[in-house]
Amino acid sequence: MSLPLSQLPVTAHRGSEIMLSRVANSLYWMSRYIERAENISRLLDVNLQLMLDFSHLDDEQLKEHWLPILRSAGDEETFFKHYTVANSRTVTEFMTFREENPNSVISCLFAARENARQIRDQISLEMFEALNECYLFLKSKNAREIWDSGAHEFYDQIKKYSHLFQGLTNSTFSRNEGYEFIQFGKFLERADKTTRILDIKYHILLPSVSDVGGAVDAAQWQAVLRSASALEAYRRFHMSDILPKKVAEFLIFSPSFPRSIRYSLERLYQYLHLLTETENGVCNTPEEEAFEKLIGDMRTLSIDDVFNLGLHEFLGNIQRTIDHLDDFIYQEFMYHPPTDMEAEIRLHQQEMQQQQQPAA
Amino acid sequence: MPMLLDSYDKENFFDEMFDEEAAVRPHYRKVLDRMQRLEPGDYHRRQTAVDLAFMRGGVTFTVYNDNQGTERIFPFDLMPRVIPAAEWERVEKGLIQRIQALNMFLHDIYHEQKILRDRVIPPHYILGAKHFRREFMNCNVAKDIYVHICGTDLIRGRDGEYLVLEDNLRCPSGASYMLENRAALKRAFPNLFQSAGVRGVDNYAADLRKVLNYVTPDNIGSDKPNVVLLTPGVYNSAYFEHAFLARQMGIPIVEGRDLLVRDLKVYMRTTAGLMPVDVIYRRIDDDFLDPSVFRPDSLLGVPGLVNAYRAGNVSLANSIGTGIADDKVIYYFVPRIIKYYLGEDPILPNVETYLASEPQDRKFILENLEKLVVKSANEAGGYGMLMGPWATQEEIEEFRKNIIANPRNFIGQPPISLSRHPTWVGDDFEGRHVDLRPYILFGEKIKVTPGGLTRVALRKGSLVVNSSQGGGSKDTWVLHDNE
Repeated sequence: MSLPLSQLPVTAHRGSEIMLSRVANSLYWMSRYIERAENISRLLDVNLQLMLDFSHLDDEQLKEHWLPILRSAGDEETFFKHYTVANSRTVTEFMTFREENPNSVISCLFAARENARQIRDQISLEMFEALNECYLFLKSKNAREIWDSGAHEFYDQIKKYSHLFQGLTNSTFSRNEGYEFIQFGKFLERADKTTRILDIKYHILLPSVSDVGGAVDAAQWQAVLRSASALEAYRRFHMSDILPKKVAEFLIFSPSFPRSIRYSLERLYQYLHLLTETENGVCNTPEEEAFEKLIGDMRTLSIDDVFNLGLHEFLGNIQRTIDHLDDFIYQEFMYHPPTDMEAEIRLHQQEMQQQQQPAA
Repeated sequence: MPMLLDSYDKENFFDEMFDEEAAVRPHYRKVLDRMQRLEPGDYHRRQTAVDLAFMRGGVTFTVYNDNQGTERIFPFDLMPRVIPAAEWERVEKGLIQRIQALNMFLHDIYHEQKILRDRVIPPHYILGAKHFRREFMNCNVAKDIYVHICGTDLIRGRDGEYLVLEDNLRCPSGASYMLENRAALKRAFPNLFQSAGVRGVDNYAADLRKVLNYVTPDNIGSDKPNVVLLTPGVYNSAYFEHAFLARQMGIPIVEGRDLLVRDLKVYMRTTAGLMPVDVIYRRIDDDFLDPSVFRPDSLLGVPGLVNAYRAGNVSLANSIGTGIADDKVIYYFVPRIIKYYLGEDPILPNVETYLASEPQDRKFILENLEKLVVKSANEAGGYGMLMGPWATQEEIEEFRKNIIANPRNFIGQPPISLSRHPTWVGDDFEGRHVDLRPYILFGEKIKVTPGGLTRVALRKGSLVVNSSQGGGSKDTWVLHDNE
């Protein structure tokens, strides 16, 4: 497609704050992948620890525990190409080290680093070094040895790299459009992952189940909270027993806990309007409208409303809405029609011939 | 107790640190003194810390020997190379003289071609050269500057005289290593550095930025030109350097796919739409720059760029077509080029050179293949070379065939036994051969950065300093004074 200039959006002014679409795309994915790696690490770490309390489980029960976790990352099919049984060892290995799995911790961090490398002139030296150190750690034999001898230490290290990177972003990166893309990617990923953490265990969070809850369920509810790093925050807030309904409520609606769905969506909302340079409430596309409605729901609905609607359906709707919002941002800022090299070459060769022929 | 360098043997070479009587040269006294006060383990620790910092900072180049590129650091030797002020002054003058003459030569070749009409250079050498861009005849470039960035390779033979080995006028690389090496050395030996009286190289990026601003096309109607660095992409082995320089200059790094040409103007694809581009520091060779003019299979380039360039709507650094002046055959004529345009004798001489396309010279080359270095006219990076004295009989015969078949493509030179420099070999220092690549920037003024990249052949006895073939580098100190 070789469009004439009149059909392409042109900005007349030259300014240092203007950013290549490719750079925006890389900043966004760099940030998203790091957040994803952190969330997967935490999820695996918590579930491995949980399994220590359930050492009596048989193969079938183990599979029942790990399959939903695998599904939440959407990688079940790839998994069974490489493994026959789903247990603690195979699932965590697959979700941590397998490069064939695009959502493994290692794939995410390699991709984050590759994105950073493509734009290393745009991020601070400190940010690149932190990410590069993480990359070198994962490339070293040491990483696998640490994981083998104690997965907890390994995941802890990954989370620390992520926190270091995010802290450095806060303290070394200018508050410009690039920062907005970084934050947008981070909170989109976080909102999505918290819905998935809830969705894995949604059946044990439903009110009907809570009646029969025993020690086993209590441990699982705790695990859900810890998967979102929310156990202590929950305790400070509720100062009571861990109740499934309260767990769901906290992770969905807490306006102040930084990994709750509402908090993440509110930040997403903020960065959306910074990027589109519009006032809150202004929507120009169906995707923005759907998101506006979702934000409204998050501010007005109660946990009982959610249970009436169906928790699983409610979470699914959030995932779809932000997925569409993501498409919208991509189209609006990052996408340019790909260059059709042959058409471009033809166009410019014709142009050259016209120049060389004197006007008749 | 024995000290480092106690048993150093300069052998029968020109040694940068020690004179004929094996006494330390005055400008190396401070460095030698400091190094001799080190325990071997101490030196080793500092070296390891520097290597680690390079790895962590991604100061690497990529080697592709399988699908997966391996990132390696460019080996860096902590013992600096030191050049006293008087010596440097002469080098600097020689480099300025040379770039001036070559720039005038390029203007002439792409316009009146007086130097050919005056038979100073036989025309067929130019008109048949691989890097002569006929598409570019009678084109004017901003401020009449063709070579904005030049990285000349200098060597010293047995008598210590500086000789020009190669003019790199296309996309010379390595300046980032000059800067990173300096930063690393300052961290490793802060006190030594401070006391030695070393001239700074840190202005390189700012100076380069000034050069790029200076050549903004006259007709853009903005005092804030949009300057970008064009890279082949993240898989290029010099990508680190591209990102490094772009960051230091505060300009965006772009790939071909980020640019688009319409109505003879270049635009980049931004989040706010298309934005005009005025100056491009390109790190892509001519051949790949514009598939509508040069290689049509290049996916790295930007269709229409040459057209926009000829229309004067965008500046390129370096200009298109500079490769004609660093063709190894044209190199032979540089002393005449200097004489022709400036009326001066060259300050920095060439290495003695024979042209295979001249019958007399060819005869000499073919009769002395086992004594000469033979180079292909357009290869770089130490490739396409025959090192006669070290070559096998098969290699020699192979070159003999090629030279007879295509004499225009070859030159012969006597092997120069490059000067040597004490270099760390694991437990002490030994002599290793070095060259020097200073960087020259041509803008409003011509500026030679006081320093450069000293490359060192780390393998014992080797004369090949290229990073792709076992070379390393050193920080290069130009002193304020003579000692």
